[in-house]
Amino acid sequence: MTLAPTPGQTVGPFFGYALPYDGGPALVPAGRADAIRLHGRVLDGAGDPVPDALLELSQPDADGVVPQQSGSLSRDGFTFTGWGRSATDTAGRYGFTTVTPGPRVPGAAAYFALTVFARGLLDRLLTRIYLPGDDAVLDTDALLASLPAERRSTLIATADQTGFVFDVRLQGDGETVFLSYPRH
Amino acid sequence: MASQAQVCDEIAEIASASDATEAQPHLDYPPYRSSLLRHPTKALHPVDPEGVELWAPAFGERDVDPLEADLTIQHTGEPIGERMIVTGRVVDGDGRPVRHQLVEVWQANAGGRYIHQRDQHPSPIDPNFTGAGRCLTDVDGTYSFTTIKPGPYPWKNHRNAWRPAHIHFSLFGIEFTQRMVTQMYFPGDPLFALDPIYQSVTDPKARERLVASYDHDVTQHEWCTGYRWDIVLSGSHRTRMEDDG
Repeated sequence: MTLAPTPGQTVGPFFGYALPYDGGPALVPAGRADAIRLHGRVLDGAGDPVPDALLELSQPDADGVVPQQSGSLSRDGFTFTGWGRSATDTAGRYGFTTVTPGPRVPGAAAYFALTVFARGLLDRLLTRIYLPGDDAVLDTDALLASLPAERRSTLIATADQTGFVFDVRLQGDGETVFLSYPRH
Repeated sequence: MASQAQVCDEIAEIASASDATEAQPHLDYPPYRSSLLRHPTKALHPVDPEGVELWAPAFGERDVDPLEADLTIQHTGEPIGERMIVTGRVVDGDGRPVRHQLVEVWQANAGGRYIHQRDQHPSPIDPNFTGAGRCLTDVDGTYSFTTIKPGPYPWKNHRNAWRPAHIHFSLFGIEFTQRMVTQMYFPGDPLFALDPIYQSVTDPKARERLVASYDHDVTQHEWCTGYRWDIVLSGSHRTRMEDDG
């Protein structure tokens, strides 16, 4: 039996008092030895920042294990839940404090899974943020291999002193590759 | 600024050119002006889910206080408006309940005003109503909120634009891929035909799935009215374990 799905609708402009919460962007405390920062901007088709977007991050731990721990909404500072939420600021910037995700299986390319909501975006978008570095590893990834070079680069973060930088471009030059999955 | 008639013409033109079986909203939907620069122009790229994409975040009792499901008791006084219960089930595309999972809601007050600072339209703030709540579904996938029926409100999409009354819902399934944010509407709203966000779902049957039903069995004697709204997420991929139901 397959049921007809309920449609999505835009998150609208007024989620700011309801969905973001204290501790949402901090999957781990910033002081932890292996803490990194994943940050960037959300940009529209004119290259302007999107100040009313909401991003959610899902990821395995550093060993590639997907946690199934509750506690994302009331973090205790020790439990890694693998999930976080960050709204963009007036300059379209978001930021998470987390750990570097491990590969799903040894030798596979590691990535974060990202959900994007915004006013003006009628349904959520899903994508991946791959870790930069080892091209031989990235070349083995089925999704990246299925993309032309100029689109593939939209899914790969760049490294900075604190961690990784990744911009989400909703439209236009360098438009981020957004994903669909079977049964959708 | 376009007139309502111009926007209705645009809505009709897209509807006549659309496949009536599209279950999800058009991302590229010019009658909703804010979508113009914010929709991807390239087709979504198909991929098979793996690893973290086969799991949703887990939420539990430490995350959500049961009192957060009652939006009418968050302040010292009673909010103004029609007290109502909205309840229903969250199931996946195979009809299986989504158990012990987070549901978040937010909405305008009875006068159509959000507490959000960006909403400055001249309708009063209700000091006894914030309009945000959350709960966990039970073992049958059932959620329930006690709230106030929200009012319609004006917005700046076009001249004399009004949104039909709605409650925003945020939903998780058992997998990353099932994540959804949507809006629940009320039956018979005269603003449906005029609203580009509602009409961005071009299949009329799919649009109807966004509309709750009045349910007298949910209504409570001398207390509140009742609405039922069931939510179907997309299909899942992972073989379910006992814990998932």
